[in-house]
Amino acid sequence: MKENRNKYQSRRDFVRNAGKIIVVAPLLSIPVFLARKTSAKGYVWQIDPFKCTQCGQCKTKCVKTPSAVKCTHAYLVCGYCDLCGAYLRQGIKTTGTGAEREQCPTGAIRRRYIEEPYFEYTINKDLCDACGKCVKGCNDFGNGSMYLQIHHDLCDNCNDCSIARNCPSQAISRVPSDHQYIPKDKNIIKQAPNL
Amino acid sequence: MKRKYIPYIILLLLICWHTVLYAQDRFPRPEFESGYVYPTDQLALQRAQGWQYVDVAVLILALSAAVWLAIYKRSREGLVWLSVFSLAYFGFYREGCICAVGSVQNVALALFNNGYSIPLTALLFFIIPLLFALAFGRVFCAGVCPLGAIQELTGFIPVKLPKPVESIMAAVPFIYLTAAVLFAATGNQFIICRYDPFVGIFRLNATYTMIIFGALLLLAGIFINRPYCRYLCPYGVLLSIFSRFAGKHLSITPAECTECRLCEEACPYDAILPSISIISSENPGKARKRFIIYLLLIPFFTAAGALVFYNLAPSLASINRDVRLAKEIRNEKVTGVEAVSKAAVAFKEAGKTEKELFAGEMKIIERFRKASPWAGAFLGLSLGISLVSLTTKRSRIGYKPHQGKCYSCGRCFKYCPVEVKN
Repeated sequence: MKENRNKYQSRRDFVRNAGKIIVVAPLLSIPVFLARKTSAKGYVWQIDPFKCTQCGQCKTKCVKTPSAVKCTHAYLVCGYCDLCGAYLRQGIKTTGTGAEREQCPTGAIRRRYIEEPYFEYTINKDLCDACGKCVKGCNDFGNGSMYLQIHHDLCDNCNDCSIARNCPSQAISRVPSDHQYIPKDKNIIKQAPNL
Repeated sequence: MKRKYIPYIILLLLICWHTVLYAQDRFPRPEFESGYVYPTDQLALQRAQGWQYVDVAVLILALSAAVWLAIYKRSREGLVWLSVFSLAYFGFYREGCICAVGSVQNVALALFNNGYSIPLTALLFFIIPLLFALAFGRVFCAGVCPLGAIQELTGFIPVKLPKPVESIMAAVPFIYLTAAVLFAATGNQFIICRYDPFVGIFRLNATYTMIIFGALLLLAGIFINRPYCRYLCPYGVLLSIFSRFAGKHLSITPAECTECRLCEEACPYDAILPSISIISSENPGKARKRFIIYLLLIPFFTAAGALVFYNLAPSLASINRDVRLAKEIRNEKVTGVEAVSKAAVAFKEAGKTEKELFAGEMKIIERFRKASPWAGAFLGLSLGISLVSLTTKRSRIGYKPHQGKCYSCGRCFKYCPVEVKN
């Protein structure tokens, strides 16, 4: 009887050990397979401003409220226009800077006179809600110096970006974390770094 | 002869290059006379990379604490406090991201896609809890996982479900895991993160569907404790498999089980295996025959699963937005109903040809045709193995936790009257 029991016990042990090997081997092999595909840096999500169509979903689809996406201004691309397509609403008959003529629904864009005929436009990021209206205006009528970017001090860096999933132009993708932004004035800065 | 065209071609190329660079330069950059200095737009960077290693260190420390509390100290109270800590740190402070449950998808994506290299922390978050499960059981669930912790702390009135319901519902995590790995490996979506029910609570901010789902689960969890862990958690499938082979595992009794049956109803997760002395009144020959039949059914189930999933590939591929878009555009052509979704509008504006779109669709479906049979085979195999394990009954001395199901939560400790004599 005792021997019999031992026989069962050893068979069970055998099945158990075999199972253990079958389970452990793939687990331990995963790091081996991924040895070359592991990086300490990781990724962040970013909008490619050249693909963005300003559909307005960055405002609503982000898991954060207000959205981690903010309008960003590439001053080197800006034309400093008086009639700014980002600042002023389309179709206005008279000029002026009253609130009823402003494009931005939250009044986040500030205008400052520099010299004739140039005006500087600054974005107050605390007010910006990423609706993209100014970006559309600037792209349609101006140089396209305003663009949307995911701000990484606000972004939760979700494993599955909710805006990326909904972006109709597939402009949002993972970028390596040592280049967290895709600035529009990158080429200009490269060519003339002292500006 | 053709040589004389070369300068013109170069000129044309240069012009094209120029227009690409300054496509939107309608107004030239002003030449300021007032000494205006360009401001720089400060773009804030992500928190320092070093912090992610703090997360890994906290994970290891919390797991070690859970091992000590569950196996050596045998303190339910300690585990509850550890749950509170994990909920605060991994839940509310880190806002549910980074988490081991979701890291399964990062691993799957990195394994099958060349363009993605997995962050080291995601790999560590995937593998460390599994190694702990292999050594000590599911201590990760006991008090480290923030999703488990929030449910553990809100499960007040345990109600037991009928055994068949429990067995059927236990299959759902397998399906969820398979789907998540399939969709991540084909580079589409991270569905575990998308349908994470509690992340909205951690962030105190979510879409209403997520809030409803999370709230319903928490409400249900008051009675049917840990509903997410038991009937959904895809990572739990892996932990459960690994925990079955755990060298050291939590025990209900601190010393020798006296088979007093006091703990029989203690576990809300149906994870206590009763003492069985008589194997079965059934004819052993009949039982053996059934065992062999079920064993032979395993390859059949595996093949059937692979076949079913192979045929399901086109439907599964519709998780991909290009496939959905292609369907919409094709539908527009066939029925004349205008495609109005935002993706369709963007597609029409972008000027990509339909041919390209349909070719892309075929490529994605082809990829699913290759990947989904493996997913089906895995499901069939798990079904076969679980049927085999249902047919076998073995004698057991004393009450023991089911190593696959036990979350090492320690609720059963106080039910055991046995005390250790020093």
